[in-house]
This record gives sequence, structure tokens and C-alpha cells, in this order.
Amino acid sequence: MAACSVEALLAKAEQEEAEKLKSISVQKELDLEFDIGNLLACDKNRIDLREFREQKKEDFLRSLARDNTQLLINEIWKQPTERVQEAIVVKLPDPATPLPREKPPPKAKPPTKWEQFAKLKGIQKKKKTNLVWDETAKEWKRRWGYKRAKDDTKEWLIEVPETADPNEDQFAKRVKAKTERVAKNEYNRLKNIARAQKGKVPVMGLATSTQQSKEELSLAVSVAKTSTASAGRFQDRLPKEKAPKNMGKKRKFEPLIGDFSNERHKQLELLKLMDGKKPKLDITKAVNKQMREEDREEAAAKYKKRAGKKGRKGGNMSGKGKGKGGKGGKGKGGKAGGGGGGGGGKRRGKPGKH
Amino acid sequence: MRPLTEEETKTMFEKLSKYIGENIKLLVDRPDGTYCFRLQNDRVYYMSEKILKLATNISRDKLVSVGTCFGKFTKTTKFRLHITALDFLAPYAKFKVWVKPGAEQSYLYGNHVLKSGLGRITENTNQYQGVVVYSMADVPLGFGVAAKSTQECRRVDPMSIVVFHQADVGEYIRNEDTLT
Repeated sequence: MAACSVEALLAKAEQEEAEKLKSISVQKELDLEFDIGNLLACDKNRIDLREFREQKKEDFLRSLARDNTQLLINEIWKQPTERVQEAIVVKLPDPATPLPREKPPPKAKPPTKWEQFAKLKGIQKKKKTNLVWDETAKEWKRRWGYKRAKDDTKEWLIEVPETADPNEDQFAKRVKAKTERVAKNEYNRLKNIARAQKGKVPVMGLATSTQQSKEELSLAVSVAKTSTASAGRFQDRLPKEKAPKNMGKKRKFEPLIGDFSNERHKQLELLKLMDGKKPKLDITKAVNKQMREEDREEAAAKYKKRAGKKGRKGGNMSGKGKGKGGKGGKGKGGKAGGGGGGGGGKRRGKPGKH
Repeated sequence: MRPLTEEETKTMFEKLSKYIGENIKLLVDRPDGTYCFRLQNDRVYYMSEKILKLATNISRDKLVSVGTCFGKFTKTTKFRLHITALDFLAPYAKFKVWVKPGAEQSYLYGNHVLKSGLGRITENTNQYQGVVVYSMADVPLGFGVAAKSTQECRRVDPMSIVVFHQADVGEYIRNEDTLT
């Protein structure tokens, strides 16, 4: 019994092993063609139609796929491997099958103005070295770019030429010339691009992508407004936008006998605006008023003390009543006048109470 | 002739407000008719709309003056107030100065007002405030600028200037040809 079972076990083990091996090795009439770079395996074996029809079609296809995949993986394992953080990675060779283009090829760009000119004149491009020997710094410097060899904006000494204005800043002049050249280059580059795309580039100064100041933006707006068929005459305006200032030579005025009520209204608005800007509290006046009141209170206190000491001699008021002659001043003046009048009245009342 | 632009109106109102303050409203918005400012040859004229409409019938080169001339704009766009505006400054003036009878003649000849000639002055006049000058009989004589504030006027010596002369009615005779 035991021997029987052992034999049976052994036989079973052998069978399983054979099956396993069978699963790894696959027999094919023709070898597959492999392109490991693209992980591609091409099977050129004929398909037995009878077998295809006999079995269920799905099963046939699945077994075919499994066999071919096994062969492909066998082939992959033949490549050199390396270990990357607990994973075994295979280094794939370069793909052998050429794949077709996904998108159409780019069209040829039209030549730039310089390229056209060079072609016309037969100018060849001369290969130049990137680094140039700078004698003064005794080192190799770039031909162009950051810390280049001959940067005239970085000179520490510039001789003022005879014909130049002595008060002119030569350093600033060079820097300005440089910025102008850079801007011109940028503008030409944009024009080349526009020509290539058959687009339009606006006038120098309006195409910048850098931060523009308020004046540049308003100029751009006005140019855009007038670039219509009617030169901007029928363009709507935003609610609070002012009428465009006439930049041309002819000045435009309101009509002589325009709308009188409108004119009056505008003038009153202007007056209101001017009033709003004037400060309501005049600091010096307020300070003076405060000082005057304090002086008066001190004087009143002194008077009371003297009156108390000498005994009452009738409520004779000391001649402080010079009188605020002619209270003409309204408004700001009125505040101080009113304050002064109030203070004086109060004082007059006090001796009476005593 | 043309109406004033925004900037011109602003400059003129600023000048006027130095003398009459917020009473300019009463000049702009009058209950007894629509009055307006118009500019002819750099001079500002104040007129009613009736006169304006009549004035349109006169050609520009022949038109000398319309209504009352308030002043003129100089070549550097500053506004200069003329004596002809006194009729409209006097009733609305905020700060007034009364001149003693002895100093009246001196002022009318174009001199400044000294402390010895000062009769009365409105309280709370600031220094360099626009003032209208009156005689003791409340007749407007001209306008000027206060050289000293009221407080200072009290303390200062009698020979110092208290009002700078800007315009006086004597100019009607002295500058007859330049006034329009």
C-alpha cells in the first residue's frame, strides 16, 4: 500500500514537473521574430484551421497567445538584467522596427529677412568660437552673453569726445543705446515670425509682453480704438471713460452755444470736486483757537484769584473786550469766531455769578 | 470766441475762489438768468446768454469785448484777474479790508496799503489771503492780497505793508488802452 502510494506520488510529481516544463518551453515550427526594443514578437506559423474550428475559438486563441507571450518573455529574460531597489529590471536594446509618423512633417519656414539677403549676396555662415581671449582680464570669456569679452556698458572709464555735450552722461548713453538695440532686435524677431505666419505685428512700442506703464497702455487703447473703419468715431465708451484727448494738431472745443444746463452742471461738479479737495479742518486755525481759549481760561483764573484776594470791587471786567470787530469770516473763520464768542460770553457770566 | 476747456475753467475757478471762496456757485448758477464764461483772444468774458447770442453775429476779428472781462490767460496758461471783475468780486467777497480816507488816494495810485492806512480788516484773515479793498464808505476800490494775518496786523509797526496791491479802480484811467 505505502509503496503503491509512493510510486503513485512519484509518478504524479514527475507528471507535474513535465507539465511545468511544458508550460515554459514552447514548440513551434518556425521561430518567432523578436524586436525586444518594442517588446514585439511576430509569429509567422500557419494556423491550423481544423484545430481552430474543432476547439472553441476563444480557447484556441488564448492558448496561442499564451504560447507566444511565453516565448517573448523567455526572450526578454535573455537580456542583461540589473537590480533596482528590490526589483529586477531588464535593459532593453534599441527598437529595430521603424514606426510611421504620428503627425504630418513640419512645413518649411519662410526665410527671415537676413537669410534672404544672405542668399542673395552669397554670404556663408562663418563658424565662430564661443570663447574669446580677453587681454585685460587675462581669461577666456564668452563672445556674447553674460560677462562677455567686449561689453561697452561695463567700462569704468569713458573719454568724453570733443563734440559731445560735457553735461551728458556717457555711461547712461551707452546703456540706453544697448536697450534700444535689444528692443529693435526683439521687434525684428516678431516681424519675422509674423511674416512666417502671415500675421500682423503692431507698431514699435505696442507689441511688448513686458509690464507696460499706464501711459503705454492708454496709448495702446487709443490706437486700438481708432483702428476701425470709421477711425473710432462710433466706438462705444465705458461708463466713466473720458472722451479721447485729441492727439492730432487740431484742437477741438465745445460748441459756442452748447447746452447751457450741461455746462452749468459740469462747472458745479468741478466746484464740488475742488471743495472736496480743500481740507475742512485748518490745522493752524484749530491750534490757534485752542491756544487762545487756553490763554483766556488762564487769564480768567488769574482774575478770579485777584478778585478773591482784594475782595469784590463790582464785577468790573478787565478790558479784554477789544471786540472781535466785524465778524465777516464765514466757514472756517466762523468756527473760531463762534468759539471765541462762546468763550467770551461764558467769562462774562462768571463774575456775575459771584 | 469759444467756451473754456476743463483745465482753463479749473485754473480760473481756483483764482476766483481765493477771493470769493465757495460763492462762485452764485456766479455760475444765477436765479435771474443763465450766465456763462467765454474766451476771446485769451481773455475770459462773463455774459448772459442773450448777449452771447447777439455776439455770435460779430466776426471774430471785429469782436473786441463781450459782457464783462474777468481776466486773461497769460502765455503760460496762468489766469490773471483784472479790475473789471471787481463788480462781481465785491458783493461775494469773504475777506475785506477797509482803508482810511487818507490812504485811499495812495492806494488808487497803485501803492500797497500800509498799517497806518488800515482802517478795518475782517477777523481771521490768513496771511496771503485774497482780499477786497473798500473805502470807509463801503465803496469797493480794488482787490489785493493780505500781507499779514489779522493777528499780526495788530502787533506790527505802522510803516509795514499789510495789503499787497493787485488791482484798483484807478487803473480804468491809467491802463485805459489795455483794459477791454
